[in-house]
Amino acid sequence: MNRAAPRLGEPASLWRMRIVPIASVMVASALPLMLPIVASSPALPPLGLLFFLCWQLLRTEMWPVWIGLPLGLWDDLFSGAPIGSAVALWTAASIAIHYISQRIYWRGFFHDWGIAALLVAAVQAAAALIAHPGSPPGRLLGLVAPQIVISMLLVPLFLRLTGQFDNFRLKRR
Amino acid sequence: MVRPAHRRPGQSRKAQYSLFVAYVIAVTGAIAGLLLALLSVVDPVGFAQLRVVSQEVAAPVARVTRSITGSISGVDDNISAYVKAGTQNRRLRNELADARRKLVATSALQEENRQLKSLLKLQQTDKAALAHGYLLTSTSTSSRRIALLSIGRNLGVASGQPVRGADGLIGRVLSAGPSVSQVLLLTDVDNIVPVRRARDGLPALSSGRGNGFLDVRTLNIANNPFKPGDILVTSGTGGLYPPNIPVAIVVSRQDDGALARPLADPGRVDAVAVLRPYTPDNIEAQATLAPNPDAAP
Repeated sequence: MNRAAPRLGEPASLWRMRIVPIASVMVASALPLMLPIVASSPALPPLGLLFFLCWQLLRTEMWPVWIGLPLGLWDDLFSGAPIGSAVALWTAASIAIHYISQRIYWRGFFHDWGIAALLVAAVQAAAALIAHPGSPPGRLLGLVAPQIVISMLLVPLFLRLTGQFDNFRLKRR
Repeated sequence: MVRPAHRRPGQSRKAQYSLFVAYVIAVTGAIAGLLLALLSVVDPVGFAQLRVVSQEVAAPVARVTRSITGSISGVDDNISAYVKAGTQNRRLRNELADARRKLVATSALQEENRQLKSLLKLQQTDKAALAHGYLLTSTSTSSRRIALLSIGRNLGVASGQPVRGADGLIGRVLSAGPSVSQVLLLTDVDNIVPVRRARDGLPALSSGRGNGFLDVRTLNIANNPFKPGDILVTSGTGGLYPPNIPVAIVVSRQDDGALARPLADPGRVDAVAVLRPYTPDNIEAQATLAPNPDAAP
């Protein structure tokens, strides 16, 4: 029997279906610390957070609502933010996505872009405020504002990338 | 168009409970995470130890990417330098002329300083570094400015040690892992360095802005004495950074102090040196050790 040929009606690999989304977020979280860049300001967009939001916007029911706890902890280990801030903020973001997906029944591309942009801005701003409680908030927001704008503009790209990963995830052998 | 989610679990008690439990776990975990974050803001050094594993994972990859690509940082600097080349050229000429004049004055002062020190029999603090390494990578997505140093406890690095490059101060070691350590850069918002103006010893405090610049504030608020071009060096006050390490150059005056640029750019510095913290124990130890080389010849 030819093992290489896909059989009719055979589902995609269960392992691949589960691992691809989680692995993409984890690699994206760890990647900035592996590049040889010594940045003097928050320059790169939060890759892990963008993938996390895009996966949830694309497949809202794929993950339980608490998936932000382990993935946020992983991101905290690499991002340099105080450990626990992404745990709280990512979980809050996924609760927000679940809530919004109940309110807006049929979400379109621009809905997704708007939701992701709003959540990236809120999460990055709140993370900066948590990390430096003694500093003037206005200056902190000015510090992360360029990064937030770049991230907002990159959301469609990440939505497409997530879609590509999703096709790979569900491909039948 | 995204398929609408079936969040209503229907009549199944099991489905209802599992959805409810998921929300309970999420909310409890989020609150716990927030508390953890506040704790780790209060005790950054203790919680930095938790990152040791992730750094040890990231460091080998960073070593490889660094050796392949070289340092690709400074791309933004190159672009802005290209744009600002004309004005910068003019400014640099002026600075150079200033610097020549100052150099003459400084050489006289240095000689005077040397004589005074020999009179006072003051021991020059040990310039020898504890260890040398290079900066591998840094956090680039969060508002914290933490870099990874290529050496760790294997070469005697411990938390609290100052780190300097050839041009000036880089920061201090936040925590040391087995083979890599974290350096809190000078430009981090929470890194406060006691400095003094090199010209006249005016004491001030420098704190990072998080975007590559430093805020400098004097300890007396009467007037704002800073001028662009003032050089700031560490004062040794507070006992962490040894005195007389170059820190920053004042770029412009602000309402409550000055805006300064670090003299050592961590993005393009090749090798950095880890120094002994400037604590009373170390100073005394060096004072007792130092006479030996003088006595030997």
